[in-house]
Amino acid sequence: MRLRILAAVAALSVAAVSGCGAGSGSDGGGTGALRIMAPASPGGGWDQTSRTAEQALKSVDPKRKVEVFNVPGAGGTIGLAQLAGEKGNGNLLMTMGLVMVGAIEQNKSKVTLAQTTPIAKLTEEYEIIVVPAASPFKSVADLVAAWKADPKKVSISGGSAGGTDHIAAGLMAKAAGVDPKQVNYIAHSGGGEALNELLGNKVSAGISGVSEFAEHVKSGKLRALAVTSAQRLPDLDAPTLKEAGLNVELTNWRGFVAPGGLDEAAKKSLTDQVTKMHDSQVWKDAVAKNGWIDSFQTGQQFADYLNAEQTKVKAIIAELGVVS
Amino acid sequence: MDSFQLLLDGFAGALTPVNLMYALIGVTLGTLVGVLPGIGPAMTVALLLPITFTVPPTSAFIMFAGIYYGGMYGGSTTSILLNTPGESSSMITALEGNKMARRGRAAQALATAAIGSFVAGTIATALLVVAAPAVVSFAISFGPEDYFALAILAFTAVSSVLSRSVVRGLASLGFGLVIGLIGIDQQTGQARLTLGLDQLLDGVDVVVVAVGLFALGEALYVASRLRHSLPEVVPVGRAWMGRTDWRRSWLPWLRGTAFGFPFGALPGGGAEIPTFLSYAAEKRLARGVAKEEFGKGAIEGVAGPEAANNASAAGTLVPLLTLGLPTSATAAILLAAFQQYGLQPGPQLFDHNPALVWGMIASLFIGNTMLLVLNLPLAPLWARVLRIPRPYLYAGIVLFAALGVYALNGSVVDLVALFLLGLLGYAMRRFGLPVAPAVIGLILGPMAEIQLRRALAIGAGDVTTLVRSPIAVILLLLALAALVAPLFRKLMTRRRTEPIVPASRED
Repeated sequence: MRLRILAAVAALSVAAVSGCGAGSGSDGGGTGALRIMAPASPGGGWDQTSRTAEQALKSVDPKRKVEVFNVPGAGGTIGLAQLAGEKGNGNLLMTMGLVMVGAIEQNKSKVTLAQTTPIAKLTEEYEIIVVPAASPFKSVADLVAAWKADPKKVSISGGSAGGTDHIAAGLMAKAAGVDPKQVNYIAHSGGGEALNELLGNKVSAGISGVSEFAEHVKSGKLRALAVTSAQRLPDLDAPTLKEAGLNVELTNWRGFVAPGGLDEAAKKSLTDQVTKMHDSQVWKDAVAKNGWIDSFQTGQQFADYLNAEQTKVKAIIAELGVVS
Repeated sequence: MDSFQLLLDGFAGALTPVNLMYALIGVTLGTLVGVLPGIGPAMTVALLLPITFTVPPTSAFIMFAGIYYGGMYGGSTTSILLNTPGESSSMITALEGNKMARRGRAAQALATAAIGSFVAGTIATALLVVAAPAVVSFAISFGPEDYFALAILAFTAVSSVLSRSVVRGLASLGFGLVIGLIGIDQQTGQARLTLGLDQLLDGVDVVVVAVGLFALGEALYVASRLRHSLPEVVPVGRAWMGRTDWRRSWLPWLRGTAFGFPFGALPGGGAEIPTFLSYAAEKRLARGVAKEEFGKGAIEGVAGPEAANNASAAGTLVPLLTLGLPTSATAAILLAAFQQYGLQPGPQLFDHNPALVWGMIASLFIGNTMLLVLNLPLAPLWARVLRIPRPYLYAGIVLFAALGVYALNGSVVDLVALFLLGLLGYAMRRFGLPVAPAVIGLILGPMAEIQLRRALAIGAGDVTTLVRSPIAVILLLLALAALVAPLFRKLMTRRRTEPIVPASRED
């Protein structure tokens, strides 16, 4: 008897837990539900973007069934492989971004973005280069001088090897005339762990997304040397890398792709839905709240952008020596 | 008294019927996911994140805090009763807790876990109020060389749980270390031991290993014994903790809290290491009856680690609130929740949003009390789970283990890994290898490796960086002492010979 209660309670909770995640798609009529794959664990950037998009899509058309599901693993390439298997499915979107472009190269993924249909670029975030408040480096020029003297002595803390932060470090080294392979890059599972070493003044410099470090720059615990954007960012007193003398621009962007083999009608339908979502108040509010930069782009424009990014990332990943 | 006034305001804000309901939902859900192997508090909070679109922040955080504490507590229930920990942080609880259950002291083990969790959670939350700035500056002073020294200390301290046979203990530890190597090497981005499977690039999740070796291994082992002998009849025993139990529990609760809180605050600390250290400390400090009982179900071995894992949950909130630094998976998701409300945890949060922060801290006290109220009366009831016929019970465990692991990543490769590890766990039990060291190796091995390499990279290859920080030196000396002390003691008391204990399963 106790078993039955236990089982009932357990089943209920599982239903509750899974219900929140996947939603039950069978009820309700009309065309099939739009599914958005977040190729990462719940809680991260891609997941957050996907779930915000879900809310925004529902705000545009309350009757539309939208569900987000997670396929985590290997920088999103596990999700990418799954998406490739859904060829011709016009009701599926996958959130992705620069990190996936890097992971495809690094993991030598069999499936590439060529097997997807680019739909839209949504948001951008820039990288920031910081040093501990006690650091002798006052500018990018100081950092570069030390780099040229002995790259091994300049430890740079950031996110995963081959990720956006590492790519930024590599591009900076290259622009400064230092071999990217010589960069003494200390990889972490995320910006948070890297932050700890910076606050404790254990490393020479740190690179991560602006939002990861901005609070600490404002409180004076870290000093911003530069940002990777084309123009200076509002309310952040830091030059761009170009102003600081390194010809580097890097954007950590996020967007949507759909499975390959879509006909024009399906492609147009998805693009229209995403465009409407982007125009919604819910989306605009979320962009403002999360400190994202709106960089909406669709169609050929996005496809070209994606191609250019792949070329850029492929070159630098090879030079960093992180291809597995 | 300023923060005290703010805390009272926080209570005033949190103690509404609606919020109490959210607290109840939180701790109930948390306890359940803690009980279910594989599904942890991090995933539960993540899946509930969308409620931040509709629910006011205080209510949402009250619920999330309840899930977090509840999850830390709930994992102990199955550890104690069935030797199948629901979370890796309650793995150590199984060592003594399950032995206690087999001796008919399940209710006492559950009660000491529940009260210990409450005591630790309450003290640690109070420390969060008064000591957050001090703890946080200690935490960020920890560099890679200190973490490396810490891992070494943890390795030597837990050598006491290896087993009576050092070779078997080391063999098991070796399994763990090898499993820990699987996946992309963090420092260089190279794949290791992935057999060309993309799904293994992120490594094998510690949950999969813990559930596979413990839960599945145990189920298979029990199944294999069913035909050989009648299942041992487990007495349910008395329902409540006696006076001796209280006397033996309160010090381990406090010591466990002292281990757990600072470790939770350390960005690389986690909830597991303090449970290892707490267990090792209790075992070393045990005298008299307790010393005899260790390895056969000593209540200290449950009280200490259970207090430690709950205290670490509160400790995690220190760097999260004061620096915006998430130090555990659940904390990372709580950070995302803060951001959903347009809040950035960090140096300014306490000044800019005092109502929310103090409301959340008040909610931790409420959640903790709620947890005790919910679980203490249930302890004797849970203990009766042991009366369920074994085949049904273990079939259920296998089902939930598979479900939980599949829910983790939705990956079939994880399921295959789970069953392979289950077979390994069965074989280890069959041939008398202890299971715990494998999971310890899996947790500590990668940590020791990455921190060593980071320290050396930052020091440009100079080995002396490892002993340049005073913290590292102290930790390494402690590790040395932990190694040498038993040898020394053995030399001193040579004449006493160990009584020969009949061979039994060690797990």
